[in-house]
Amino acid sequence: MSKKDIKTPLAAENGESNNKYSLNDDRRVKVLSPGALVAKRFIRNRLAVTGMVILIIMFVFSFIGGLVSPYKQDDKFYRDEKQTKDYAGITKNTSFLYTPADTELFSGAALANTTLALQRKENSFMYNDKQYQLTKVSDDLYTVTVDGSLVGIASIKNVFASESNDTFGFPFVYGALTATETQKTSFTADGKTYTLDKEGVIFDDAGKEIGYVSEYTVRAIMGDVVLSRDFKNKLIDAVEKRDNSFQYVTTDDNGNEVVADYILSYDAGKRYWDVRQEIDTRVFDTYATPSKQHWLGTDRNGMDMLTRLMYGGRVSLIIGFIVVIIETVLGVIFGGISGYFGGRVDNLMMRIVDIFYCIPSMPIIIIIGAAMDVANMAPAKRMLALMLILGFLGWPSIARLVRGQILSLREQEFMTATEATGIRVSRRIFKHLIPNVIPQLIVTMTMGLGGTIITEATLSFLGLGVRFPFASWGNIINDVNNTFVLTHYWNIWIPAGVLLLLTVLAFNIVGDGLRDAFDPKMKR
Amino acid sequence: MRKYIVKRILQSIVILFFVAFIIYVLMRCLPTSFIEATARQKSMQPGSKSYEEWMQQLTQMYNMDGGIIVGFFRWLGSMFRGEFGDSWRWTVPVVQKFNDTVWLSFVMGAVSFFFELIIAIPLGIIAATKQYSKTDYVISVVALAGISLPTFFFASLLKLVFSVKLGWFELYGLVGRDYNNLTALGQFFDKAHHLVLPIITLVVVSMGGLMRYTRTNMLEVLNADYIRTARAKGLSEHKVIYKHAFRNTLVPIVTIVGGSLPGLFSGALITETLYSIPGIGFTSYQSMVSGDIPFFMFYMVFLAILTLLGNLISDILYAVVDPRVRIS
Repeated sequence: MSKKDIKTPLAAENGESNNKYSLNDDRRVKVLSPGALVAKRFIRNRLAVTGMVILIIMFVFSFIGGLVSPYKQDDKFYRDEKQTKDYAGITKNTSFLYTPADTELFSGAALANTTLALQRKENSFMYNDKQYQLTKVSDDLYTVTVDGSLVGIASIKNVFASESNDTFGFPFVYGALTATETQKTSFTADGKTYTLDKEGVIFDDAGKEIGYVSEYTVRAIMGDVVLSRDFKNKLIDAVEKRDNSFQYVTTDDNGNEVVADYILSYDAGKRYWDVRQEIDTRVFDTYATPSKQHWLGTDRNGMDMLTRLMYGGRVSLIIGFIVVIIETVLGVIFGGISGYFGGRVDNLMMRIVDIFYCIPSMPIIIIIGAAMDVANMAPAKRMLALMLILGFLGWPSIARLVRGQILSLREQEFMTATEATGIRVSRRIFKHLIPNVIPQLIVTMTMGLGGTIITEATLSFLGLGVRFPFASWGNIINDVNNTFVLTHYWNIWIPAGVLLLLTVLAFNIVGDGLRDAFDPKMKR
Repeated sequence: MRKYIVKRILQSIVILFFVAFIIYVLMRCLPTSFIEATARQKSMQPGSKSYEEWMQQLTQMYNMDGGIIVGFFRWLGSMFRGEFGDSWRWTVPVVQKFNDTVWLSFVMGAVSFFFELIIAIPLGIIAATKQYSKTDYVISVVALAGISLPTFFFASLLKLVFSVKLGWFELYGLVGRDYNNLTALGQFFDKAHHLVLPIITLVVVSMGGLMRYTRTNMLEVLNADYIRTARAKGLSEHKVIYKHAFRNTLVPIVTIVGGSLPGLFSGALITETLYSIPGIGFTSYQSMVSGDIPFFMFYMVFLAILTLLGNLISDILYAVVDPRVRIS
């Protein structure tokens, strides 16, 4: 060590000769413990200290950040959005509609002939050797008879059911239309008496509204929607007033009021008003841009990105630590025993290590991940399994390291001493040999943490590691597989990647710094 | 020497046997059975046999009846006879599919390895000769960043910058849309164009390790006594570094480079998957996910052989390059 490590006694600087031979504390040469020396060398390495600071920030971010954040990792956020959909169509009839009583005589070409006759204002025409007689009831209603019997009617108005999409039979339609055109207030059809009011609403004998007569045809775009009479009235009102939009309140299945805007657009070619419904819907606030509430926006499930990153860091770091601990424990036990006994035991155990070393870990992890997919494993169990697998696949290199060190250490004098004092073999290995390997172990573990975090992130990225609802930096970046996210929502995946890179880099830098600090041969 | 090599090869065969056994047992124990999935799919078809009947037929057809141990020795036997079976996922012989894909991976690996060498070794040496200077810090951090960079993140960044923003490259795939209309030369350039981003990814992600390795070894050599002697003789610094130090640094580098040569055939599983390059890595990834036992077993044993071969080559090279080392 250079002089810097030896504290110059203060007294010597004062030049007091009295104190020259005293043994006061301030006269003593201060010797630092090996640990303190390591710490000192580490702190002098600026890069390593930077790495350490990054790591501390990451730990604070992941473990304390999650507590400070106002949200939880699976809090979902919503936003109100206007959803527009085609809702209904309405036409005003200006040409005649035909309602047949006799579908054989009054169909196809007969209808075309009727139209022709009505246009030419003729009272009769010949078709299929039959004489069709047109009788005017009013301007809007004609009856068609063949040989004195009624085969159908031609009308501008039509009869609609009030609360359903049903259609009525001919006698009812005929009765209702005739009554309307002749200003009667009642009619009979199929032996029942119905009454009519001035607006053309039809009631049955019990006074219940069953239908209405109108020149407007309103139909719902979706088959399962029944437009209420009230809504239709409003719509017709709007059409007659030439309004472009109106509001209508309905109640949904739960009895809540739903306010919806309806927008009308007129298609002159078809004489058709297109009605679109605009309704406020609550949707997941997915891929929101960064804002005051969500500093990094939200992800595809409408969860706060920053909070997910914090919890993701927690998962990544915890998995890293547990895996490395499993690796180290296995490696130390195996390498320690193998190195201590040497010879045949060593040979056999090292061949086992070779076998495990030879098994390609990434494919194995991928295939187990795929198997867990098939088995539909619960996300928490999956995480546990992932840690165990990563740990069990990573130990051979640590076993080799420990064994190599111990092979040379066991030849040293202190081991002869342990033998002479009759210490148990297990104690000799784990109390006297292993502590001498700890510096190298710490370096390997620190570097291994970085590697494990990358492996975990890669698996989660491939969708084979940590699963939703748990966050991990890898599965956050997984969203990038969606090309739209890659190109448009950088706030989803770049922060996670940067955090991942910084953490692994910091672990590697710190490991590097520790190696330099532990190695007394290194001069700085 | 010959005795040593023979001994190592025999050892490797034993290791290989156990590796294959462990992987086979693992494969058979996993629930991701290709057979079950196929049987389920087939039994769904109208007018089909029941699931159980399909199961029985398919198990027999794929030679999977009998226990795991029996199955393993059957598999081993056919391996010795040179019958590697048909891939379930690709419905062609395993060797054929392997042959179709491995060369692409090899080209990709070789090109990126070449770039890796010509970037990493000079930078590592510069860093070592200027230890603790700014250059050294920058190179060390770059090397560490390369090691720490998750492949998928780096690939996504490259895609965003070069494919989406600049539009220089395509996001996925090996060939363009109009590949079939191109001349032979055009087809070659089309493929090369598609391989640029994957190769950049591979180079950046893997060069850090070699860079650091070069630096560490160069530092060790620079601290050696013969370098001090060379300097004491009054040789120019240039001569000291590039004649005396560099040649000695080459010993460990040649060893590790030789050892990683077999690895060029193993394919880049993650990178190929990210860019959908139909090399051996991507192909085996798809096989793995669908539980294609014959292809997976073949690939895994192939990888294990490559690992063992790499170790053997680097050990032998160590002795060949460095006359001080004598293998016993």
